[in-house]
Amino acid sequence: MKTYWWKALCIVLLLYTLIAGLLMPVPAKDILNETIRNLHFHVPMWFTMIVLFGISCVSSIQYLRKGSLQKDIVAVETANVGLLFGIMGLITGAIWANYTWGAPWSDDIKQLCTAIALLMYFAYFVLRSSFTDIDKRARVSAVYNVFAFAMLFPLIFIIPRLTDSLHPGNGGNPAFSQYDLDNELRKVFYPAVVGWILLGIWIAQIRIRMRLLNLKSFLS
Amino acid sequence: MQTIKQILALVQKDLMQEWRQKYAFYGLLLYVASTVFVMYMLLHQPADKVWNALFWVTLLFISVNAVARSFLQETTGRMLFYYQMCTPEVFMIGKMLYHVLLMAIMSLMCWLLYIWFLGNPLIRLGYFVGLCVMGGSSLGIAFTLLAAIAARAGQNAALMAILGFPIMIPLLMLLTRISEIAFQEVYQPGLIKMWWMLGSLDVFIIALSLILFRYLWKN
Repeated sequence: MKTYWWKALCIVLLLYTLIAGLLMPVPAKDILNETIRNLHFHVPMWFTMIVLFGISCVSSIQYLRKGSLQKDIVAVETANVGLLFGIMGLITGAIWANYTWGAPWSDDIKQLCTAIALLMYFAYFVLRSSFTDIDKRARVSAVYNVFAFAMLFPLIFIIPRLTDSLHPGNGGNPAFSQYDLDNELRKVFYPAVVGWILLGIWIAQIRIRMRLLNLKSFLS
Repeated sequence: MQTIKQILALVQKDLMQEWRQKYAFYGLLLYVASTVFVMYMLLHQPADKVWNALFWVTLLFISVNAVARSFLQETTGRMLFYYQMCTPEVFMIGKMLYHVLLMAIMSLMCWLLYIWFLGNPLIRLGYFVGLCVMGGSSLGIAFTLLAAIAARAGQNAALMAILGFPIMIPLLMLLTRISEIAFQEVYQPGLIKMWWMLGSLDVFIIALSLILFRYLWKN
């Protein structure tokens, strides 16, 4: 039971996010109105994606240092699930933007940066599939994975500074932190972030265990 | 001292190879010329903004081709020889210097042809030429590690394009922004900051490539 506590925590937090996020009172603002509730579903996707890509990068570094195939499997599967969360973030954002900005895609700089980041990780999987040798695939793709994760930083820190964004908190748009003076949103947002990150790790963990079993039966 | 000698020897070897296989170098020059000519046939005299964007895209394609070749022409036997003779860092710096030289020539060539065919919208010629050499070298540096990865996969320039293009977008965006001032008399806030960003991005990529190449080159 000791090892399962975080899974229980994940379920509780996500249930709380769903119920409180959809039902609790939110600050009424022009244009945003009730769509402000998307904060609990859209933004945590990015947190989860970055956390999973981070785990992927760290396990790639560990693979390069130690050379155990388990680390390679961890790196692939976390990147895989991270990609899933990235796509979900893009979709939840597009639905929200359809109601607030008037169109699902408005060439906003953050949308473009996300698309670039996802392309980088799609390239990671294309690179992997071009090898037949397991060890060579693991080594070369680990090098690319570290490089790609490092190049996410210019995407996050340089490009958004060059252009204005439609996102709340950019280009003269007020950020959410100015709305929740009574901390209404924060009470749901922080648990939501933790809950979604735990869910991402949980999915990745199941996939990793599956791949490890496959590897074991493959080697024996 | 030893390291510098080794690096220079590596660059010299690459230049020598280029000199002996002149057809490849001329092939690359012809690639630049035909790309620019295609642009000319399609657009004749484009607007400033289009000119600027096309110029950097052309340079991107040239750099993929120029850099991919230099790693693919190294045979396994020759790599083994380098492996015994020098450290991965020395080898990487040598390759990067060679790519910088190659791309500086190619970007100047590209610039000349652009002026020739697509007209000259530039007000600040010197500024743009400097930026053009700097941008070309940055692309050459950034593609060096990716070329090594693609060569390991035994693949051609196609894989390099897939791996490289998303990563090059920040660099290209910075370059088009910085070059805007060469076209018109405008006040551009944060120009110096963008130069610093370009410089630090280059340093960042060089450091990352030097650290990571060590793992690529063992077999």
